[in-house]
Amino acid sequence: MSILVNKHSKVIVQGFTGKEGSFHAQQMIEYGTQVVGGVTPNKGGQMHLERPVFNTVHEAVQETGADVSIIFVPPAFAADAIMEAADAGVRLIVTITEGIPVKDMIYAKMYIDDRGVRMVGPNCPGVITPGECKLGIMPGFIHSPGSIGILSRSGTLTYEAVDQVTKEGLGQSTCVGIGGDPIIGSTHLDIVKLFNEDPDTKGIVMIGEIGGSNEEIAAEWIKDNVKKPVVGFIAGQTAPPGRRMGHAGAIISGGKGTAKAKMDVMAACGIHVVETPAAIGATMAKALQQAAV
Amino acid sequence: MKLHEYQAKEIIKQFGVPIQDGKVAETVEEALAAANSLYEDGPEGKFFVVKAQVHAGGRGKGTIKETGAKGVMVVKGVEGVKEAAEKMLGGTLLTIQNQATGGSKVHKILIARDMYYPGPSERKEYYLSITLDREKGQDVIIASSEGGVNIEEVAEKHPEKIVKEWIDPAVGLQAFQTRKVAYGLGLSGAAFKHGTRFLAALYKAYKQTDADMLEINPMFKTADDQIVAVDCKLSIDGNALYRHKDIAAMRDTAEEDPLEVEASKYKLNYIKLDGNVGCMVNGAGLAMATMDMIKLSGGEPANFLDVGGGASAETVEKGFRIILKDPNVKAILVNIFGGIVRCDRVANGIVEAYKNIGNISVPIIVRLQGTNAELGAKIIDESGLEVTSAITLAEAAQKVKEVLAKTSA
Repeated sequence: MSILVNKHSKVIVQGFTGKEGSFHAQQMIEYGTQVVGGVTPNKGGQMHLERPVFNTVHEAVQETGADVSIIFVPPAFAADAIMEAADAGVRLIVTITEGIPVKDMIYAKMYIDDRGVRMVGPNCPGVITPGECKLGIMPGFIHSPGSIGILSRSGTLTYEAVDQVTKEGLGQSTCVGIGGDPIIGSTHLDIVKLFNEDPDTKGIVMIGEIGGSNEEIAAEWIKDNVKKPVVGFIAGQTAPPGRRMGHAGAIISGGKGTAKAKMDVMAACGIHVVETPAAIGATMAKALQQAAV
Repeated sequence: MKLHEYQAKEIIKQFGVPIQDGKVAETVEEALAAANSLYEDGPEGKFFVVKAQVHAGGRGKGTIKETGAKGVMVVKGVEGVKEAAEKMLGGTLLTIQNQATGGSKVHKILIARDMYYPGPSERKEYYLSITLDREKGQDVIIASSEGGVNIEEVAEKHPEKIVKEWIDPAVGLQAFQTRKVAYGLGLSGAAFKHGTRFLAALYKAYKQTDADMLEINPMFKTADDQIVAVDCKLSIDGNALYRHKDIAAMRDTAEEDPLEVEASKYKLNYIKLDGNVGCMVNGAGLAMATMDMIKLSGGEPANFLDVGGGASAETVEKGFRIILKDPNVKAILVNIFGGIVRCDRVANGIVEAYKNIGNISVPIIVRLQGTNAELGAKIIDESGLEVTSAITLAEAAQKVKEVLAKTSA
């Protein structure tokens, strides 16, 4: 089992024929993901990567039965692409695009929430269920099927955690990059809830960073609801206040959203908080052993 | 993107927000011309407010290092403006927010009309801001009857004095909400009417400029019941600047660190810090985590630098050049998780960049993980350069420790 995606997921790619879309669609196909087609307005009827291109997401969903869409559309048009996917009736949207204006995301988020569609991202590496479905830009080979659920706001830092967990021989049930923007489709809490319900996920790695309070909200819920061991890390202990650290959402404002505050709340909620990302894998292995005793 | 007070006021004025009128000046002569033109009946016996235009907050309590003058001064007549301008222009303003980085040079001052004139009604300062509530995914208005002071302090000591109103994105700010806020602030009569209009106009400015924060502190009720913005902080969503070319052109690079300005020309995401170990990383989260690791290894991060997913030879070379311009840097840690980019390619790029720059006198630790990590390490080790390789994060941290022990010995 896994969360969000598996080998049955039928995927369409929005921004299919663009440079990013093409490259990563190819990588996903090679990994074994069921990419059933793509959407690029005014290129409908063509074939690309041996799959059909459609003008609209509606058409693509109707013709292919796709239930998932992944978006590689440039930032100025991404909110529109998200709403089109939601309106076309897909179950899950994964938005990779970085740099979408916040104002656009406020509208897009309201729109998808009203329709009960789940989204992961934007500004994220995507979702992967190892050995079944790679839906994003992460390097597939570092993952291995297993029992650890990983969620994180960043890309390469997630890969770091994945790599360590793989080398501990644990593997991953599903890895979710929730995205580095201030407004995201699925929060830490949303994904933690899914991992908690998934019987094949035995442990959870939750990685956060400075800014906002999503990690704290998830931690409070974990305290009352999660029996599985959770390992946590927050990036940005040395980040200066008031500066945006690469990610639009990574900013300490008005003294709020510091790494220390988040780590303190997480530790108080029973999460195994590590000070250095180098300790994520080993700490999870140990926590699982302790839980088994 | 941050804006100066005078720029922010010009922008909100276009949306109908009443502001304290003023003119910006870069020289004493311009300051005098501004003073002479601000009052219809001339400057004789009038009061003026002279304010240093720097991005750092806390200007009113800040001091000009060279002259001892305050960052905001209330003065009388043209002579007063002249004296204040002379004391501020070209000086270095130290405030609680910027003193750690050596203060800000004052290139511009704002000469503004005094709004605290006497009259029949009580004068009062309020706080009003609009910003994004990330958790709700909605914009929120925050208002307080305690103006002119730090809102975080009010929130802590007197949470009951703060009024919050969330805005439903489907319909935008409604009239009843402007009334709720105005009543919440205790406004009445003509001031109530002006207050609701003020807020409606302010919201329009916030929305249409793609602002991520618009703060009026203080919002002032004059002795004749006008509501005006005495100060204004406006910051624009960097991702939306492409549709606000006029605002993007207002960027003042004199307010930014010169190395950051240079890095932004190379499209590098670089933030200067004051530590001794430089770092170059692919990905923002990993970059922050690498900074934290430097600290745990006994060093202090000299910068944040995200070179993005590709980490090409060209980007790496530019990154090195920027980091090496910082004289505090005693060592550099390169941390690349090669996913779709292979580590051997990145390693070759690093060697190439190193050779192109020549004369690098600080030790460099290169940690490459991912596809072909061993091959990458081999290329680094056999390059004959002053570069050590590492594969795991723990190894990299250990090498940073060793290098720091050597440099301090």
